[in-house]
Amino acid sequence: MDFLLGRYRNLTILVGVLFLQVLGLAVQVKRNPDADDTRLIRIWAVDAVTPFEKILVGMQNGGRNLWHDYFFLRGVRAENRELKQQIEDMRLQQVRLSEDAEQAHRLQQLLAFSEQVIARTVAAQVIGSSASDLSRSIYIDKGSNDKIAPDMAVITAGGIVGKVLRVYPSTSLILMINDQSSGVGAMLDKSRLQGVVRGTPDGEVILERVMSDEQVTPGEKVVSSGGDQVFPKGLPIGTVTEVAPGREMFLNIHVKPAAELSRLEEVLVITEKQERGTVAESGTRVRAADVLAERLPSVPDKPATPADAAPAPPNPSPVPAARTVSSPSTPGASPLPASPPAKKAASTGPSALPSPSNSNGGASLATSSKAKKLALTQSPSQPPASDDNPH
Amino acid sequence: MPVTIGVPLLALFLQAFLAWRIPLFSYVDLPLLVTIFFAMARRNPVAGLLTGGAIGLVQDMLGPYPIGIYGIAKTVVGFGASSFGAKLDAENAGVRMLVTLGFYLLHATVYFCVARYMVNLTLHWSWGRGLLAGLVNAFLGVGLYHLLDKLKERT
Repeated sequence: MDFLLGRYRNLTILVGVLFLQVLGLAVQVKRNPDADDTRLIRIWAVDAVTPFEKILVGMQNGGRNLWHDYFFLRGVRAENRELKQQIEDMRLQQVRLSEDAEQAHRLQQLLAFSEQVIARTVAAQVIGSSASDLSRSIYIDKGSNDKIAPDMAVITAGGIVGKVLRVYPSTSLILMINDQSSGVGAMLDKSRLQGVVRGTPDGEVILERVMSDEQVTPGEKVVSSGGDQVFPKGLPIGTVTEVAPGREMFLNIHVKPAAELSRLEEVLVITEKQERGTVAESGTRVRAADVLAERLPSVPDKPATPADAAPAPPNPSPVPAARTVSSPSTPGASPLPASPPAKKAASTGPSALPSPSNSNGGASLATSSKAKKLALTQSPSQPPASDDNPH
Repeated sequence: MPVTIGVPLLALFLQAFLAWRIPLFSYVDLPLLVTIFFAMARRNPVAGLLTGGAIGLVQDMLGPYPIGIYGIAKTVVGFGASSFGAKLDAENAGVRMLVTLGFYLLHATVYFCVARYMVNLTLHWSWGRGLLAGLVNAFLGVGLYHLLDKLKERT
């Protein structure tokens, strides 16, 4: 022993330190991966770093807001006009989409689909990263105090960002989809081929497990399949940019993420998902004419006369109030911008998605003809089509 | 003493804060550069490996993977750099650049082996990224070491 500590002292200490660290690693690997592995030591380290990051981000935002809100107002009027025009266009588009969604919802009800809707989200700000050049993970300024929990999906308006990996009282660590250890159940939007989206060492995103004899074309959209039980089905992941033969009879499909992963500033954490029943809403159908009246309030009402006073639009407010499935109760919580009526709107776009638990989930398009047939056979018992009603 | 603790902590903070805001910064491993500098400056293998191990463990705590992967890699680098520092002219810019490049690759290799074969993480090795990041760190390291030399002279 004296010989070891004397002649090979440095080497002995090196081996000892390495052995201790290997032992620590082995203990962590051996532990149940489902257990909450947020060690106190991690909390200390994160709590030591993130307050400074929050202060710097706050100062940065303050300076930027001061510049944008007070000094840099040139061209605001023109931009305002453009945005108003965009709002009008989007309202028209929304009316069309809500009609489509209504039809899809009817068909889903007939097929006994259950839907998973995003009920509540929490807006969070990105404050830093993990100090590692080999992992793609970020810290946000919301934690368990804001009801964030591990394995919650993190998104932006553009698409999927990642999932909550570790939660601290006032911050959370998000593993992004371009990290090498991440995996998202995905499918191609048109062909409905399913695969797994992973990150590469270079921070790119690839779609794996698609057989090489399948036809995949660049430009095709990739959406979440819901199979991972983290991300609701149908959220945009990205667009196929390159298709090449890969290993073991699989294609190597490169995907450009829909969310700007390298320029994230704010994200939404999906804190609550709801399984929406299929029968409950059968009596809440709204006529298309009512939707139009609600969505296009810019059409001025006629002067009230005894003849036409009765069918006046129910909501004269210029912008329909945002209605959500459930209102947020925590500060900073922001519901997804839902379009009225809430339950109908929830079935449009990515916020209303067939549940992964649904066995027919991946074959929704394939069964549409069957659904139409069912709709035809059941139509006599349905109320008359809304557009037939005189307004 | 304040420099010994403050500089590594500042490097860790900057790595966490800047790597997110400046995409090119993700190639840089500031904690590794600080480890190499302190190890070569002290020329004491035990001090070098302990400094490297401590910096690596804190870096692990901020990341998503189990604690110890960076710790092991930086312990090895700290030991190696301090052993080199005792035998080479640690003030020469060319030597520093080559040593930094070599230790960056050693660090990446140890990290990859530990992560892949001990922790069973699904990591993929990329020679292109490894070499590019090694060169970036080698060039940046020379400038950083110069700044730290000045700081050392003042204190």
